[in-house]
Amino acid sequence: MSSIISISGVTKTYATGFKALKEINLDIERGEIFALLGPNGAGKTTLISIVCGIVNRSSGTVTVDGHDIGRDYRAARSLIGLVPQELTIDAFETVWATVNYSRGLFGKAPNKDFVEKVLRDLSLWDKKDSKAITLSGGMKRRLMIAKALSHEPRVLFLDEPTAGVDVELRQDMWAMVRRLREDGVTIILTTHYIEEAEAMADRVGVINKGEIILVEGKAELMRKLGRKQMTLELRAPLSAVPDGLSRYALELSADGSQLTYTYDNQSDRPGVASLIRDLEAAGVQFRDLDTKNSSLEEIFVNLLRQEP
Amino acid sequence: MNLRAAPNFRAVWAIYRVEMARAFRTVLQSIISPVISTSLYFVVFGSAIGSRINEIDGIAYGAFIVPGLMMLSLLTQSISNASFAIYFPKFVGSIYELLSAPVSYLEIIIAYVGGAATKSIMLGLIILATPALFVPLRIEHPFWMIAFLVLTAVTFSLFGFIIGIWAKTFEQLQLVPLLIVTPLTFLGGSFYSIHMLPGIWKTVTLFNPVVYLISGFRWSFYGKADVSVGVSLGMTLVFLAICIAIVAWIFRTGYRLRN
Repeated sequence: MSSIISISGVTKTYATGFKALKEINLDIERGEIFALLGPNGAGKTTLISIVCGIVNRSSGTVTVDGHDIGRDYRAARSLIGLVPQELTIDAFETVWATVNYSRGLFGKAPNKDFVEKVLRDLSLWDKKDSKAITLSGGMKRRLMIAKALSHEPRVLFLDEPTAGVDVELRQDMWAMVRRLREDGVTIILTTHYIEEAEAMADRVGVINKGEIILVEGKAELMRKLGRKQMTLELRAPLSAVPDGLSRYALELSADGSQLTYTYDNQSDRPGVASLIRDLEAAGVQFRDLDTKNSSLEEIFVNLLRQEP
Repeated sequence: MNLRAAPNFRAVWAIYRVEMARAFRTVLQSIISPVISTSLYFVVFGSAIGSRINEIDGIAYGAFIVPGLMMLSLLTQSISNASFAIYFPKFVGSIYELLSAPVSYLEIIIAYVGGAATKSIMLGLIILATPALFVPLRIEHPFWMIAFLVLTAVTFSLFGFIIGIWAKTFEQLQLVPLLIVTPLTFLGGSFYSIHMLPGIWKTVTLFNPVVYLISGFRWSFYGKADVSVGVSLGMTLVFLAICIAIVAWIFRTGYRLRN
């Protein structure tokens, strides 16, 4: 069995009648980094909360490493570490006390060395006797991570881990996530920063309005839905695109000095090489050329636009 | 499977320890201030006014009010300890961790209610020690005294736990203790015997559950009671059963916790 989390037919309707999740089916593979993308209010946090046991589902089943989250909640939950979006810590506890508390809560025997290692890895060791309330925002975020790691989870949920986090901490966090993955920990992160998913994820799931609209390996997603653009800086401005090049659907900039060709990997538009030959034949000369891949962000925006 | 069934004692201990640590961290608020306010009651009602009051049921007034005063703080402190303990993580959001932990509802209850009850029992004993310096106290039925003390602390800690889960605001958190519990306690015979009340009020007051607690508790001290001790014990157990039923319902439905 390769999937560590298996979600099938999960729905959530709140008491107000709001359908937060409409029938979610999703499998998370063991040891992968999975990015759950979606705009605000799409249902990311609700889905995570259900898997972690914080919110009751309306219907459907979820298993974690084969353990049903309802019937077998102890086994399921003890495998999971959760770093929620909000910085919610008992402000009056010390770092040391609160991290050890988390470990105890998850039923693990006290292990000072392990907790020390977690704190050192997250650069919190110097602060171990400080109260949470005295920590900076970035430190509090690290503390939340330390709490989640204190009980040696096999699956780590990071809900919007880098929202409002500075560049340095973000880099540290990404490095930490990769280290955890090397140790075999499965990581599920939600984000609406697409660059985060692009930099880290093995697979990407897109959720919108309570439905998973796509799950795909990141590379395939980029290849399938990614668009490429080539921009040519012309030696002499053109007043119009020459007739012989009409099949390329080129765009001419307002001042006539740039031609842009948009193509994607799936379309049957002719390749770049033939365009360059045809440009030469039409007598259009260019000074420079530039190509770029569309980012996951553009893919994402396009996907959401296609939604009815 | 063993892992599934094994109780998570470590979690119970972790929560209990945090709760006790909070009590010692806020010793001024959780221990000293109730001791001071009880001492004030004692000085005003027990000594200043009490010296002009005849004995009740053959007990000096100063000694008569001691069990009632203990009950007064036991009730209010059990409720406030337990309601705050569960409301606070709900308020700041740190409850996510408790809900996502491999902890059963029973374990959560044992830890939180155990913590709150321990604190109020300690407090009750401290309060008992204070007037013992001023008036001659005797405890005729020490076993029952401890039994009523523990039973009341546990019952009202459970009640406080329910309030803490129900409350959505700090105002609601204070509402039940202020508007219901405090009046019921004052009218529950802390400072008088219900036999001193005029006809109809004697009957009305029998609908006040606190009457039974105080009466039974006072019986364990002086062997004198307003209502029979069996009825006192029975009513306390009924209230405990009601609280347990409500808590069971809360946990079965996830009321204000998992929704």
